[in-house]
Amino acid sequence: MTAAISSPERVRPPWWHRLPVLQQLRQSVGLQRGMLVAGLVITAVFVIVAIFAPLIAPYGYNQLRGPDGLFGAQQPPSADHLLGTTVGGYDVLSRVVWGAQTALLVIIVAILLSVFLGIALGLLAGYIGGWFDRITIVIADAIYAFPSLLLAIVAAIVISGGQSSLWGGILAAAISITVVFIPQYLRVVRAEVLRVKSEAFVESAKVVGASNGRIMFRHVLRNSTRTLPLIITLNSSEAILTLAGLGFLGFGIEPSAAAEWGYDLNKSLSDVTSGIWWTSIFPGVAIVLVVLGITLIGESLNDLADPRLRARRKPAQTPAQAVAAEQPVAREEMGDVY
Amino acid sequence: MTTVTAPAAPPGAGTAGIRKARGGGFWRYLLVRFLLIFPTIFILVTLVFFLMRLTGDPITASLGDRLTPDQLAERIHEAGYDRPILVQYLEYLGQIFTGNFGNSITDGRPITDILWTYGSATLELAVYALIVAFIVGIPLGMVAAYFRDRWGDASLRVFAILCYATPVFFAGLVLKLVFSVWLKWLPVAGRASTRTEIKIQQLDDQTGIYLIDAIRTGSAAAVGDVLAHAVLPALALGLLTAGVFLRLVRTNVIGTLSRDYVDAARSRGVREYRLVRKHALKPALVPIITVIGLQIAMLLGGAVLTETTFEWKGLGFQLAYYLSKRDFVAVQGIVALLAVIVALTNFIVDLIAAILDPRVRY
Repeated sequence: MTAAISSPERVRPPWWHRLPVLQQLRQSVGLQRGMLVAGLVITAVFVIVAIFAPLIAPYGYNQLRGPDGLFGAQQPPSADHLLGTTVGGYDVLSRVVWGAQTALLVIIVAILLSVFLGIALGLLAGYIGGWFDRITIVIADAIYAFPSLLLAIVAAIVISGGQSSLWGGILAAAISITVVFIPQYLRVVRAEVLRVKSEAFVESAKVVGASNGRIMFRHVLRNSTRTLPLIITLNSSEAILTLAGLGFLGFGIEPSAAAEWGYDLNKSLSDVTSGIWWTSIFPGVAIVLVVLGITLIGESLNDLADPRLRARRKPAQTPAQAVAAEQPVAREEMGDVY
Repeated sequence: MTTVTAPAAPPGAGTAGIRKARGGGFWRYLLVRFLLIFPTIFILVTLVFFLMRLTGDPITASLGDRLTPDQLAERIHEAGYDRPILVQYLEYLGQIFTGNFGNSITDGRPITDILWTYGSATLELAVYALIVAFIVGIPLGMVAAYFRDRWGDASLRVFAILCYATPVFFAGLVLKLVFSVWLKWLPVAGRASTRTEIKIQQLDDQTGIYLIDAIRTGSAAAVGDVLAHAVLPALALGLLTAGVFLRLVRTNVIGTLSRDYVDAARSRGVREYRLVRKHALKPALVPIITVIGLQIAMLLGGAVLTETTFEWKGLGFQLAYYLSKRDFVAVQGIVALLAVIVALTNFIVDLIAAILDPRVRY
């Protein structure tokens, strides 16, 4: 973005160069690019598996019997069941694949809800200011400081009474996660709004006589969303962990309604003691991989947005020398301690 | 996680009111910050109270399937749950203020008793986990910062992300599988073996912190047993936090390594190890301490999962139990205590940050 504005011809690059993640991909070098690409690949695989789960999974997520009768419980991996079966007699591979779909749905709903509500509240708090701002921030801080999982559990109990159907469960999980995330979006958007509000163009809009609503949405909001892609990636991974945590504690989605990795891990708790590894390792690895992929993207975006952490194109002799080259920026960002 | 990018300005500190109190000095900052504890606790307690009541009264929730409608109505009337919700709310606030949380519905134990017994177990686990996090996170973070953008750094960062990406309960399951079931080195679950527990029960005044109690029994076997039980839960919970510390230390040490005084020290011939250890780490510690405060909350959340995985009978384990029984009186009590702990830690952390860095307190 900045590169485009500072170039002499002021030609806007094609739109695909300005997409949030692709832009950073072009900007990155070396190992940093490797981490970003790895993250993108893992996440892409996750999304593809989630979308095509019905085609990829050998059985249904709640299927207990095949053509030869019942699958049987806790069967070790075999040709029929590549990853074995669970204590409840489900096929592990199918549960893992279908679980991707549940996870993706929860991420999408949770992020949409919290982005929408968080931005709306942050915009109002930042733009209106005064007592409304103070109260919103104190409440948001209180919620932010509290263990998010506990809050999500309480929310899950209120919304669904603990357990529920596919969409009921997905909505319950997503809303519980939303409650926890809103303060973060609120804070970020509010800070940005306060920054943008004092810019000259907002003032000129006021002078011209634009309405509050128009200024808020056209002038302030459009310029306040630069850090959102980063928070969205970080929160997607947190959403998966919260969903799995809820499932693990028994406040998630019923196994007959959808496959959920946390639930499967909870059921495998007793298997582990008797040395049955396949029921826990595979859903667990699925969680780790997806969170890893999304976090790699988020971390890379974070580094690329931060001049202190962005990898340099020309390698310097020692790390310290290289950092010293960017020192003015670094000092400004850090604030001097001495 | 967003704090990693802006370590100097944690969202946890209630800054809205403080920024204006410029020039008031340290004591004024202290007072304002101390007073902010109360709205935090108040908001959380209120939130949980009303959310819980949205699902109905506690008696129906926990005993609804065991009693007849008449018995239920009688119990509800006895406990006063048929009065207007605002009256109940005010009464509840009054009870909290006097430190009386009532009795749990399922087993009739006083909530304060429950908090005392299980709180010490959770405290013990949290301390072990923090020790693991410090030992693993801070040195590795310094190493990663020093070798930034080289292979050592990249692999350490992936390790940090893996620590964070692995749900504590899955880390716990894998550790259990490898070290308890396959290698048989460490016990599978619990806080101590039955023999040690009996020994500890025989002590006159137990602290509830098993390590201290075990030392007081004077038996080396008991101490070893308690420690062996603590290794896996502490690792599972500690590695989660270690990942966060590693990233944080790395980012901040990279920032301080670029300062003039580090170059100056290097030109004076200070050894590279000392340079990172003393000159770069110390100034980076302020944001680290601030984030530790936020980590306490994450640690408590993680403790619920870790304790469930390892049957570590602490607050989290008990909370999960009471939640499954829908015993909302007990749940409210535990959540209120956690809210107090979170608010107090944030206060203490801000205090330490203000002592270390005068700029914080305006």
